[in-house]
Amino acid sequence: MLTVTTISRSFGDHRVLDDVSFDVRPGRMTGFLGANGAGKTTTMRIILGVLAAQGGTVTWHGKPVTQPLRQRFGYMPEERGLYPKMKVGEQIAWFGRLHGLSQAKAKRNTERLLEQLDLAQRANDNLEELSLGNQQRAQVAAALVHDPALLILDEPFSGLDPIAVDTVLRVLRERAADGVPVLFSSHQLALVERLCDDLVIISGGRIAASGGREELRERYGSKRWELVVDSDAGWLRDIPGIRVVSLDGPKAVFELAEHTGSADGERTDQRVLRAALERGEVRGFTPVVPSLDEIFKEAI
Amino acid sequence: MTATIEPRSAEVDDTDADGGTSFMAATRLVAEREVKTFLRSKGFWIGLGVIVAGLFAAAILPSVFGGGQPSVAAVGPEVTRALAGSELEVREVADRAAAEELLREEEVEAAVVADTTGQSPTGVRVLALSDPPTDVMAQLGTSPPVDLLDAADVSQGERQLVIMVFSLMFLIFAMGGAAIAQSTVTEKQTRIVEILVSTVPVRALLTGKIVGHTLLTLGQVVVLAVAAPIALSVGGQTELLRVIAPALGWFVPFLVLGFVLLAAMWAVAGSLVSRQEDLGSSMSLVMILALGPYFAVMFFSDNATVMNVLSYVPFSSAIAMPVRMFSQEAEPWEALLSMGLLAGSLALIVLLASRLYAGSLLQTGGKVALSKAWTAAD
Repeated sequence: MLTVTTISRSFGDHRVLDDVSFDVRPGRMTGFLGANGAGKTTTMRIILGVLAAQGGTVTWHGKPVTQPLRQRFGYMPEERGLYPKMKVGEQIAWFGRLHGLSQAKAKRNTERLLEQLDLAQRANDNLEELSLGNQQRAQVAAALVHDPALLILDEPFSGLDPIAVDTVLRVLRERAADGVPVLFSSHQLALVERLCDDLVIISGGRIAASGGREELRERYGSKRWELVVDSDAGWLRDIPGIRVVSLDGPKAVFELAEHTGSADGERTDQRVLRAALERGEVRGFTPVVPSLDEIFKEAI
Repeated sequence: MTATIEPRSAEVDDTDADGGTSFMAATRLVAEREVKTFLRSKGFWIGLGVIVAGLFAAAILPSVFGGGQPSVAAVGPEVTRALAGSELEVREVADRAAAEELLREEEVEAAVVADTTGQSPTGVRVLALSDPPTDVMAQLGTSPPVDLLDAADVSQGERQLVIMVFSLMFLIFAMGGAAIAQSTVTEKQTRIVEILVSTVPVRALLTGKIVGHTLLTLGQVVVLAVAAPIALSVGGQTELLRVIAPALGWFVPFLVLGFVLLAAMWAVAGSLVSRQEDLGSSMSLVMILALGPYFAVMFFSDNATVMNVLSYVPFSSAIAMPVRMFSQEAEPWEALLSMGLLAGSLALIVLLASRLYAGSLLQTGGKVALSKAWTAAD
């Protein structure tokens, strides 16, 4: 597990990170969310030792992260780039060796990864001859070639077409399933919603929220239900303890005014359902899951 | 210093791996990549091809256009008659003084005078400036006695030649170091540098680059060392080779040290900017340091005092000291002292350079000021 504890960093007078703390747990895809300039890239650079923190620690399984440890991490920087005039396969194998793999293992891993990322037939082309999407896949390969113990990916999906997103995602999930903690930043909330198990939300250099996706939904999502009945659902307005968000004939969305049940111990949502059944057929009664977008806006 | 260049802890991490990359291994990998990349680039081979072609041209063209006939001055009509029928360009002069003047002006290669001592079986003696003129002697059949006007061990012409060859080689390789700056900027521009810095110590990057390019330079020196004798014998100028060969013993180590010194500076020049387009602005100082010794030695080769000073100044000593050793103007201890100075300043520059390199490598945007690079490394 990677643990970031109270790291801070300023550039001149500008405080970019302020007491940032969070965990990246093994086997989990952790989404790192934040607006542009919120401090995502700076945090990642500090974890990778590219930038020094001013206060705070980064530990891996309880030990401070040092150069030899860091060599086992995989990193995909936000600004992409590999050697333009070097062959793709050779280049990825070279990065593998730089991370400490033997020549044979580097070659094996490279072949396997290029196969998985649908790049095998481009192995002997110079990087600059590849399309941007394919260059991005190569970049992912360079971050994964040494079977990293931890993966830090800065905006790994930006610039990828949907098929490439799925390909890269499959490879990343595989790593996570093997127990590798994966931290990836993004501002594409819908995508993160689909991918991550845990969330870290950063805003203005401070952690606004962090934890499991469901847990955050519980915490930040409003309690909403959608009710679909046979006839007009206007009677909902008269039920105490709820607020109707939208009403469209037989279809209504309401939220609980309070999180807890009513005085007699009966949960308000159940009371609404009972009232609906008393009035006729109920076609649908579903809790509305808040989108990440809502959680995000709520948290920051 | 950033956390990336802190000393490696002896502690081994808890997960299995192929051992991790040591400083040495990282340096070797970086050097290997630089060498491979350059061996594959067309520019490298074109550059080397041009140098080799130039070498052959310089060796062959003079004998093609020069007509091939050595010229001699003949003193008196009798000698002129004696030389008739030989393949020599004969210029008849009135007396020995006139012949000597032509010799000193290097208008003729040798002078032939009547022998008055009776030592010569052919009745003539040969006068030359500093070396017995072998090509002239070959035309005279039975070798006559030779008198040298200027019995210095090294002729002025030979010295000039050595200066030219050494200066040119230094210039070519010093400027070739600009490739280090280019490769550094490529890494900055593409941001590969973030991956590199998060993986291996910055010093390993710098060392690897210097080692790689030094090996490339040595390789080219070897190619030239092989090509030169071939070119010279094709051009029928084996004599020149004999002249230059002994001087190379001093020149090669000086050249290598001088190259490494400049290589460290090229690397810093590259790390200060973020785009190839801006490279020109940061390279100018290194350019001056690379060109300076060439021009200084070429212009002041006749001025013993200046040459003396140049042979100790770290940048120009790479050319000036081997030249002085060649013309036997300096003792071996002087060469060793100068080499020591060069090595000392090399160590100092590399230390400074690695700090500046580390401090500027991750800064993007415009050109990084040296002072900012220096403090950023803290």
